[in-house]
Amino acid sequence: MTSMLKKMNKNTKSNLITYGIVIAAFIIMQTLISTGSISSLLEGLMVPLCYYVILAVSLNLVVGILGELSLGHAGFMCVGAFSSAFFSKCMRDVITVEPLRFLLALLIGVLVAAVFGILIGIPVLRLKGDYLAIVTLAFGEIIKNLVNVLYIGKDSNGFHFSTKDVMALNMEADGTVIVNGPQGITGTPKDATFFIGFILILITLFIVTNLINSRDGRAIMSIRDNRIAAESVGINITKYKLMAFTISAALAGAAGVLYAHNLSTLTANTNNFGYNQSIMILVFVVLGGIGSIRGSIIAAVVLTLLPEMLRGLSDYRMLIYAIVLIVMMLFNWAPKAIEWREKYFKFGRKKKEAVK
Amino acid sequence: MALLDVKNLGISFGGLRAVNAFDISIEKEELYGLIGPNGAGKTTVFNLLTGVYKPDSGKILLDGQDITGKKTIDISKAGVARTFQNIRLFKKLSVLDNVKVGLHNKHHYSTFEGILRLPGYRWVEREMNERAMELLKVFNLEDAAHVDAANLPYGQQRRLEIARALATEPKLLLLDEPAAGMNPNETGELMDMIRLVRDNFHMTILLIEHDMKLVSGICERLTVLNFGEILAQGKTAEVLNDPQVITAYLGE
Repeated sequence: MTSMLKKMNKNTKSNLITYGIVIAAFIIMQTLISTGSISSLLEGLMVPLCYYVILAVSLNLVVGILGELSLGHAGFMCVGAFSSAFFSKCMRDVITVEPLRFLLALLIGVLVAAVFGILIGIPVLRLKGDYLAIVTLAFGEIIKNLVNVLYIGKDSNGFHFSTKDVMALNMEADGTVIVNGPQGITGTPKDATFFIGFILILITLFIVTNLINSRDGRAIMSIRDNRIAAESVGINITKYKLMAFTISAALAGAAGVLYAHNLSTLTANTNNFGYNQSIMILVFVVLGGIGSIRGSIIAAVVLTLLPEMLRGLSDYRMLIYAIVLIVMMLFNWAPKAIEWREKYFKFGRKKKEAVK
Repeated sequence: MALLDVKNLGISFGGLRAVNAFDISIEKEELYGLIGPNGAGKTTVFNLLTGVYKPDSGKILLDGQDITGKKTIDISKAGVARTFQNIRLFKKLSVLDNVKVGLHNKHHYSTFEGILRLPGYRWVEREMNERAMELLKVFNLEDAAHVDAANLPYGQQRRLEIARALATEPKLLLLDEPAAGMNPNETGELMDMIRLVRDNFHMTILLIEHDMKLVSGICERLTVLNFGEILAQGKTAEVLNDPQVITAYLGE
């Protein structure tokens, strides 16, 4: 029993450290912002930082915990962003209480992304490995392209939909276009703040870490480790794969909501919701260490801040960025580096305990 | 009535009749052996019994319930658990968590209770921990409870697989070459352990094994397979002295 307690404490301890890091980072950044010691450019990066962390942690649920490669994560972010921005724009003058409006928008973004997660997950999760990766990549692109041909307008008769152009909406003179195809949604209220992003990160962490350490999480990881054995002890493979995929999609939706409410104009293009973005999120997960939640957070923060920090180097910026990617990968995956790191960190941990 | 009643079971892969007209009837709490040369179709029989393959012909009755052609997960729920010839553990999970995955369908709480850490979660997790530790104790694995399954020595991995299978509270336990790769000492311990499982858990056990010492030591009845067909069937001592079995499998 005592050893069991120790183990539980170890898990909880590791999670608490992660929470601690996030909270400490938030307090430090908030202090820096309020004392005006960081550039406005960096300050503007705070909300993106939050949604990238959420995206990385949520993708880790599929890649690291379920053990399947998904390359369509930006697609779910896109769904969350557009559905919530649509809601916020419609309700801009109806609900004037910002936090309430944002909360409702968040719920809608999360729900719609979750529904897409289920709809896409059911056919896609029959596949494995490379095939799954390719099909999720395709779905991500499909979502982005569908949003690009979507026109929605509103007049006194209600909503009008079209996939052709604004004229095809057949609205009366008083109608307003809400979703304008490739021009997207303009005039979304800027409700997202660094604080909201921080809270969302904490909620994401809470959901993901608690899920991993529960009955459902064990079932998901057992599928990753040995599908045949998991089936033989009666684990419902489809159900748990879909569960991991859907929760991951829903959290990506939340990141999308944050994204949409940080900009006044929301468009879907290759850079924000295309496969570049999906790969980017995957890079956070892989470099942070597949399956390591804390690693995902750190990688997402470092790799989001780095291009901005290196702006002074102008032409050499992407060169340094690439070198950092390689160094991070070596640090996380090379056997020698792991050996060195474990030695170093074990030493550090012992020292800390001794101080206590 | 027999606990497991199989009639005329058969399956073909392409032109190969891997298992043909396989009959077996195993009584409750019996220790039954399935032996035969390599490629005789022994593991295929296990895969048929656990729903990995769907049989072309025949009927499988478990405790009177027809489980022919059902899905693996439903057969697991009906009460058949197995181990694998090439060990299949959840390698990155701890030994304790491996057993707790086995307990999955016996202890329930909802996903929300799990994520929100409601009282239901705490109660059931405690129950699961206690039950899993009991099982680990039976297999002398309680000290390794928090080690990753991948880091266990070979013999302990085999024992953990049996513990995980028992966690599903099966009526019938299928062991696929439990003594493979073990030295004589370990095999001796394993024999005691299998007997103990049968006696303490009132388990019915069907096992595939090449180690004749183990087979003759603990199996009460045997079926010998050769080229997918039953060569001999009956009491262990009689079957092992059958001249046909000696020429086909045991050697002079």
